[in-house]
This record gives sequence, C-alpha cells and structure tokens, in this order.
Amino acid sequence: MPVLSYLISVYKPVPLRNIFLFIRRYFTFLAFLALQAVALWFLITYNKFHRAKGLGVANEVTGWFNSKYNNVEDFFKMKEENRRLLRMNDSLINLLSSNFVRTDTAVLFTRDSIPFDTLGHYRHYAWRDGQVVYNTVNSDKNYAQLNRGSNQGIKDNMGVFSSDGGLVGQVVNVSPNFSQVMSLLHVQNKVNVLVKKSKNSGTLSWDGKDPRFLTLSGIPKSDSLSKGDTILTGNYSLSFPPGHLVGTIAEIVPDNSTNFYILKIKTAANFNNLQQVLIVENLQYEDQADLQTETKKKVDEAKKNTR
Amino acid sequence: MSDFFRNIIRFALFIFVQVYVFDKVPHLHRFIVPYIYYLFILWLPFSVSRIGLLFIGFITGMALDYFTNTPGLHAAACVLIAYVRPFLINILTPKDPSEFNYREPSPRAMGWTPYLVYVLVLTFLHHGYLTVLEWLSFGSFFDLLIKVVATTAISMLLIITTELLFTRKMKFRTNTA
Repeated sequence: MPVLSYLISVYKPVPLRNIFLFIRRYFTFLAFLALQAVALWFLITYNKFHRAKGLGVANEVTGWFNSKYNNVEDFFKMKEENRRLLRMNDSLINLLSSNFVRTDTAVLFTRDSIPFDTLGHYRHYAWRDGQVVYNTVNSDKNYAQLNRGSNQGIKDNMGVFSSDGGLVGQVVNVSPNFSQVMSLLHVQNKVNVLVKKSKNSGTLSWDGKDPRFLTLSGIPKSDSLSKGDTILTGNYSLSFPPGHLVGTIAEIVPDNSTNFYILKIKTAANFNNLQQVLIVENLQYEDQADLQTETKKKVDEAKKNTR
Repeated sequence: MSDFFRNIIRFALFIFVQVYVFDKVPHLHRFIVPYIYYLFILWLPFSVSRIGLLFIGFITGMALDYFTNTPGLHAAACVLIAYVRPFLINILTPKDPSEFNYREPSPRAMGWTPYLVYVLVLTFLHHGYLTVLEWLSFGSFFDLLIKVVATTAISMLLIITTELLFTRKMKFRTNTA
C-alpha cells in the first residue's frame, strides 16, 4: 500500500496541452505520414484484389478522356485495322461454309454442339465486339481499357481476343460503361495454354522485360518442338474457349536443371496496336466455378472428419 | 492569369501529356520509363504552404494513378517529393529575401546550378521511391538500381528540354502588388 501511494504521488499526468503542442509542432510531418499511409494502403489492397478505392467512379472519368483520345488515335490506325479486319472476315467466311460458326445480329456462337434437351442445344461461349480505348505496354503491369462495361453485360473474368483472333487477356474490373482488361503483358498473369503439335499444356506468364515475348514453362523435353510451332489456349480455362491462337514459339531454351523447356513465345496479338477486340463470355462460368469451390469444400471437410 | 488558374491548366496538361504521350511511346527498354508529370509539383509557387503542397502532391499522384491503374503508387512518391521540396528550396535559395523575388522555382529564379540540383534530388527521390515500391511486389534488386539511374537520367533530359523550350514568363513580385 505505501508503494501504491508513493507511485500515485510521483505520477504526473501529461498535460493534454502538451499533446496538442506536439501535434501542432509536427503537423506537416504527421500529415505527410498520414498521406503516405493512405497511398500505401491503396497500393497494397489494390494488388490483392485488383480493386481500387473509388476506381469505379474514376474509371468512368478516365474512360471518358480515353475515348476522346481514342477518336483521334483511331484515325491513324485505320489502315492496319482494316487489313486485320479483312483477314478475320476472310477466315470467318471459310468457317461459315463448313458450318462451325453460326451468327446472328448481335453475338457469335461457337461450340453449341452438345445436345442439352429435346428443344435444342446449349451455348457455351458468346462473343461480343468491343473497342480498346486505352492500352499500355511500358509498365510491368499493363492493362487495356475497353468501351464496354456492366451495362453491356461485361463481367469479371471474361476472356478478350484481338480482332485477328490472338489472345489479349482477361477482364479484371468493370464499371457501368468501361472495363479493365489485365493483358498478357502483366507479371501476375498466368494462362493455361497448349502446344498444338504435341497437345501438352503449360503455363504462360510474362517476365516483365520485353513486351514482344512471353514465357511458356511446363512443356516436357520429350516433345520435339521447333521454332514457329503454334500455341493455343488450353482446355482447362474457365475464361477462354479452348483452341484459340495465342502465339508462336520464337525461341527454345532447354532448362538444364529440370525436364522442361522454357519457351519464348511471340504473341499473335500485336499489343502495341490494339484497337478492335472480341470479348468472350463463358455462359457456364458460375456453374463451373461454384462446382470447383464446392468440391474443394466437400473434400476438405471429408478429410477433416476422417482424421 | 492568376497563379491558381495557371496551375490548374498546368496540372491538366502535365497529366495528359504523361498519360497520352509519354506512357504511349513505343517501348524502348524495360529500364526506361519517361516521367515528366511531377514537374508540376516542382513548379508550384513558393507561396504554397507545406500542408498544401502535400495535398496537391497526393492529388497529382492519384490523378495519374487512376489512368495507369496503380492506385497509391505515384501518389506515395509525389507526397514524398512534396514533403522534401521546402527543405531543398531553403538550402538552395539565397537567404537574403531582397534578392529573391520570383514566384516559383525556375532556372532564372534560382540560377541554373541550384535549380538543376533541386530537380535532380527530387527526381532521384521520386524514381527511387517509385521503383522500390514496384520492386517490393516484383523484380530483382540489381534491376532496381539500374532502373532508378536510367529513369532519372531520361527524366532529367526531358526536364532540361522542357525548361529550354518553354521559358516561363516570370513576373516579379514587387512591393506594390
């Protein structure tokens, strides 16, 4: 007890005034720290979820400026674009004659061959056209912005192909009238692809260095490959229909430490000059994704119970 | 034209030039990213308070961030240089206020050498911080060092060119005004 009374007699509360003085004295520095914290918080949460605070609103604003800029840009790229369009049309006409693709006024059907009920078929992928309003290749995290958003039915995780059929990327964020596409030139991008010749699949990624080349890993050395072999989208992606062009092999690097090749892939889509794109929707996306998570849950629970 | 409107126009110009010209130039090399937008912060008038500088820096950075989809990245770097700016100006400008009657930092106001030191230090800080933040999520340390130096060099080149091309008309601050 005497100790306690001694402590009480010694203890002097810090006057509140001192705290205010401290705050006033270092106000600029504290403001600096606070703003830094806000900025870093934005940065960290964004990288985790591909979402930014206020990006929905900001997307509309930047989208407006970008579409104005795009009007000008279009003019200079028209010739190149027309050539690509012609090429695409050409290949489509070929496909029509062999009845692989049926078109109506709004969407392009592919792969509606599995009978679902007596009335008809079900459609797995639906295609929409769109326009790139902003695109970069200089950063290590490149995005393209499209002039279509949730009002036009665009959702997260839809695939995006260029007008001549090369894979471009995946939608990661949508606002009412615009959407953001994580292009293949993004260091966090991982896509399942396969080599057309051997049908072996691997993972396509980008090392952030040269925007002309991507890296494909996971192709075993037992395959005999040569430069110029075609790389297609894989069978196991929820976002992309299988068998679409991704690129061609530009260089084969045998990795001595493993049994796999490291392949440099030249992209089919020209990222420096993206204008018209096709956005593909997997109509069964939710079914498939739900099934995956359900299965994971079920199996994990079963494991826990047996233990 | 008042300082306020002049700076609003400058802000828009710098952001748009950065987004639609320098971010659009064909890829040169992975180490070279031409940055110029932060010259806006370097050109702000001396009369802006330190708190004001911080907030203007934050807004400038965020404006660019929303175009490049990296929220917080440039904002953090801009806040840093906005914080350091007044200290540098204190060191580099003449102590006698009667000799010093320009409104904003420029080669003519400060002299070429102090001005270039001022720009170089802030450029280096900006790029260094930016690259460290990028590096934390991706990349190797050696790349980081080269990238900071290369990007600083190209930015200095751009800024000196800008200074020579656009000589700003400097009004004297007089006692009568």
